[in-house]
Amino acid sequence: MPPADILLTATGIIKNFGGLTALNGVSISVRRGEIFGLIGPNGAGKTTLFNVLTGIYAADAGELVFDGRPVDGSKPHLVAQHGIARTFQNIRLFGGMTALENVMVGRHVRTHTGVLGAVLRTRGAAIEERAITQRARELLDYCGLAARAGSLARDLPYGDQRRLEIARALATDPRLLALDEPAAGMNATETATLRKLLERILGDGITLLLIEHDMKLVMGLSHRVAVLDYGEKIAEGEPAAVQRDAKVITAYLGGALV
Amino acid sequence: MSASAPWRRVAWVVIALLLLAAPFLIEILFGRTWVRITDVALLFIMLALGLNIVVGFAGLLDLGYIAFFAVGAYCYALLASPQLGMHWPFLVLLPLGAMVAAVFGILLGAPTLRLRGDYLAIVTLGFGEIIRVLLNNLNRPVNITNGPQGITLIDPLQIGGFSLAQTHSFAGLTFTALHNYYFVFLACAVLSIIISRRLEDSRIGRAWVAIREDELAAASMGINTRNMKLLAFAMGATFGGVAGGLFASFQGFISPESFHLIDSIMVLCMVVLGGMGNVAGVVLGAVLLTVLPEALRYIGPLQQRWFGEVFIDPSDLRMLLFGLALVLMMLFRPSGIWPARRRKAEENHAAG
Ligand SMILES: Nc1ncnc2c1ncn2[C@@H]1O[C@H](COP(=O)(O)OP(=O)(O)OP(=O)(O)O)[C@@H](O)[C@H]1O
Ligand SMILES: [Mg+2]
Repeated sequence: MPPADILLTATGIIKNFGGLTALNGVSISVRRGEIFGLIGPNGAGKTTLFNVLTGIYAADAGELVFDGRPVDGSKPHLVAQHGIARTFQNIRLFGGMTALENVMVGRHVRTHTGVLGAVLRTRGAAIEERAITQRARELLDYCGLAARAGSLARDLPYGDQRRLEIARALATDPRLLALDEPAAGMNATETATLRKLLERILGDGITLLLIEHDMKLVMGLSHRVAVLDYGEKIAEGEPAAVQRDAKVITAYLGGALV
Repeated sequence: MSASAPWRRVAWVVIALLLLAAPFLIEILFGRTWVRITDVALLFIMLALGLNIVVGFAGLLDLGYIAFFAVGAYCYALLASPQLGMHWPFLVLLPLGAMVAAVFGILLGAPTLRLRGDYLAIVTLGFGEIIRVLLNNLNRPVNITNGPQGITLIDPLQIGGFSLAQTHSFAGLTFTALHNYYFVFLACAVLSIIISRRLEDSRIGRAWVAIREDELAAASMGINTRNMKLLAFAMGATFGGVAGGLFASFQGFISPESFHLIDSIMVLCMVVLGGMGNVAGVVLGAVLLTVLPEALRYIGPLQQRWFGEVFIDPSDLRMLLFGLALVLMMLFRPSGIWPARRRKAEENHAAG
């Protein structure tokens, strides 16, 4: 496979929290245009890998290359600028802002109006502001939240909050969208809607990195899956093969793996 | 909307006329002292709006804000008084004061970037006091600030040959210094309101609010939180710096005594009491907290008149009532008298 097909590679990522090794030399590579599933039991290190990837934690060792460029750690806003957007396992919306404003914040990184433009209401600033609002409305609509535009984020039902996080992340024009348990807390109907949404995002050319405990969802959607256990990658491959893997079955013993 | 638009316009015209007539009406109704109080209220509107950018929008609790007022005031006073023998024109001094204050905003803001909440409050409180102590002590070995004696004979604002300190007659009206300053301060206050509103409704304002709501999420959405926080400190300081310069020229005298911690707290109370993050609420807070303490001064003479003696010292009563008002506010309207739309919804949410 030509390297041009690889969007993201993480090599030998190590992350320690005091005495605890949350990631012990994890390597993954995500191809352009695929859904890459990341699974593993609770505390396996999945979220930690996301946090390293998005610059929230600096790795103790290892390297990250996104789209041919090295990503150096602990600068989340640069990661977003490079084209990686994420959602959070424990929803982190701007609760006191409306749904629309949340998505508008996502446009920040792709827009330029400064203090002078804002204060003088220059033509450029006005045009940009209108474009921000319009794009935000489109994205709310895209994620099925058009009717919620004026609601405060914290007043939204749980499922809507999860989708609003996706809309906000999409507003940054990402090439890679990293989703940390997007289906958590959703009922079957909501999960089905989410699945359609994720397929649509993929269809629009955005690569997806997906942490998910809902095995049916992650195995059904992902092109490839990596399994973490105690900070180490114990398996990687196509969903069907991973599901048969003896190590994986042991890790999940009695767990939800179908 | 279309039906209410003409009425809205009429309302604005009425408000504008009232504001223009205000100093004359106030002088006739309440006397000269109250024109002075009105002028001071306008200065506090500017200060409170500046602090609102830092505390209300960006959510950074700053307890040393009065330092920027001091920097602006001293910047003006030093360059337009016999103290250093310099008399620069105010059209140079006001922008300069704004810039110097902005630089101080960044300098004092930079070390606090990693702090939040209580820790940020304590450090900014310390910075505010450091500025005051510096002003108090920069009279030795070289006398720059004249120490606790302060700076006197500060030049009044002067536009061309038109000095605001003098009385002028125009269209049958007599404009005393207090009137002249009123109109300049009014213009500055209105400008501050417009700037605040426009910033709030912009990409910048949204980034500040996002940081206030969840800094980590804001950073993950691509907001350079460090730069945006510094920008908030600098913008807030700018308002303070301009207000400080105006204050120095208006008073003609300043000393470090005008820039105590209690003054920072007063401005913060204006922001919180009025409605953090809501420009209209903050303006209301600034007016109320300037006017009410002054009004309470009359309690002494009133007691004298009604009871023949003064039972409670007016200044004690002022602090007592002030404290009571704050406690009641915290209990019944924690988001301020006129809360921001977002915070209001928050309150309803908590209630229902
Ligand atoms: N900031 C932190 N400080 C200390 N320990 C941490 C921190 N973040 C994560 N850990 C620890 O690292 C390990 C991996 O946690 P992580 O959140 O990455 O797991 P996870 O795979 O996302 O689990 P889950 O499925 O429950 O979300 C856990 O033992 C966790 O307690
Ligand atoms: Mg997790």
